[in-house]
Amino acid sequence: MNDFAQAFETAASLIADFDVELRQIVGVSLGVSLTASFLAFLIGAPLGTALAIYRVRGKAGLVVVANALLGLPPVVVGLAVYLLLSRSGPLGSLGILFTPTAMVIAQAVLGIPIVIALVHRMMVDVWARYGDALLVDGASRFRAAWPIMAIGRDGLLTAFLAAFGRAIAEVGAIIIVGGNVRGYTRTMTTAIALETSKGDLSLALALGIILVILSMTVSALSFLIGRILDGR
Amino acid sequence: MRRWLGSLRILATIAFATLGAQALTLQARAEDQSIVVASTTSTQDSGLFGYLLPIVKQKTGVDVKVLAQGTGQALDTARRGDADVVFVHAKSAEEKFLAEGFGVKRYPVMYNDFVIVGPKEDPAGVKGKDVATALQAIKAKAAPFISRGDHSGTHIAELKLWKDAGIDIGHDRGSWYKEIGQGMGAALNMASASNAYVLSDRGTWLAFRNRGDLTVLVEGDKRLFNQYGVMLVNPAKHPQVKTDAGQRFIDFLVSPEGQNAIAGYKINGQQLFYPDANDPNA
Repeated sequence: MNDFAQAFETAASLIADFDVELRQIVGVSLGVSLTASFLAFLIGAPLGTALAIYRVRGKAGLVVVANALLGLPPVVVGLAVYLLLSRSGPLGSLGILFTPTAMVIAQAVLGIPIVIALVHRMMVDVWARYGDALLVDGASRFRAAWPIMAIGRDGLLTAFLAAFGRAIAEVGAIIIVGGNVRGYTRTMTTAIALETSKGDLSLALALGIILVILSMTVSALSFLIGRILDGR
Repeated sequence: MRRWLGSLRILATIAFATLGAQALTLQARAEDQSIVVASTTSTQDSGLFGYLLPIVKQKTGVDVKVLAQGTGQALDTARRGDADVVFVHAKSAEEKFLAEGFGVKRYPVMYNDFVIVGPKEDPAGVKGKDVATALQAIKAKAAPFISRGDHSGTHIAELKLWKDAGIDIGHDRGSWYKEIGQGMGAALNMASASNAYVLSDRGTWLAFRNRGDLTVLVEGDKRLFNQYGVMLVNPAKHPQVKTDAGQRFIDFLVSPEGQNAIAGYKINGQQLFYPDANDPNA
């Protein structure tokens, strides 16, 4: 229990001091996770929508695969990305192993299935209600995709936040592809893992508290921005 | 509504592209003076790198990015060409690395020692004994023992100590012997939580903050000597290795200035690592 009490104290003083290492890891965490979730969203949302509104043979199979990829183990993704980006691997000449870029790639790969599955599930319902009306007006399915995404934008926001949640919480994959290098690829989660292994449990817990606050702030801000854009 | 979504998408793409471009330019500028050093968890968890690297940057201009992985993994990372320098502590593994042609030259840097840490109550009665007797007692009592199990320098040293004590640990282990496949800090955490014995390097132990009931029980035995060496990865095998910056880093470590800096790292007044670059037998 002492650890918990000390953790809250440590968290408060780290924030008050504007501690430089804390700023670094918060910056890397937010930068990498936001970029990765935007990427996952930009790729996954259109794909999820297309999966909902187009009629193709084997569509059921595609839906099964999309949902199955939700169970992709993050550490396996980390290992696969590592082998791809390693100097001895196919994309080694890019030299992006152990950089924030590699972390963004790993987290985006993990986020894309989440966005596709959630967007698909939501779009199926939205399409059922409004799809026919849009098609009757003479729009092609491609043309209809955009208004249908606008109608379902609340669900799109949830999908983005789900991908962000996955990204900000990731630790195993990004330690492998990022290397947890101090001041460069160390994030809040990898710092927590490190401090735990150094036995500084109350500091680790303090970082955890700050991370949760950060996560909730991003979520709240996203909803706020959503409402402003809607003019509500 | 459709108009809004359109401009929002454009805005998002521009923002993303700008972020990406910024990140890439920053990366390119810093790249030539930065090296990747694959090292052990002990050099990181003890706080040595946290203390030493700003000094390195100041004196040589080299930006060191440390991968704290454990000796075995660090050497494998270097074999794949993903590191410029290795800084580890298992001479036999380092010499194998050189023999395979992956390293240019091995420089001894510093040493410290291993200690056996265990619960204050000491159920196996190892306090003050030499390391072979201690390990035999632990096995005889089937007292819980945490092993790194990760091909790290400490793990390699531990296996050798069992062998020197006349115990075939691979064969004679029981459920009291727990191989966790993780770093030194994790092993100490586990030993602390389960009141077990564990072999640790003194540096990580001195910096460790979750000791519980653990205390040093066996130390000073000559067999517990722990030597660290540094090697530049061979550019003949991996042409992209940053030989210039890498060699500057190594040269600083073995220089009198670097050696003094290493000796200057203390926790609570106690020195953690002892420089010995000038020892021909190290």
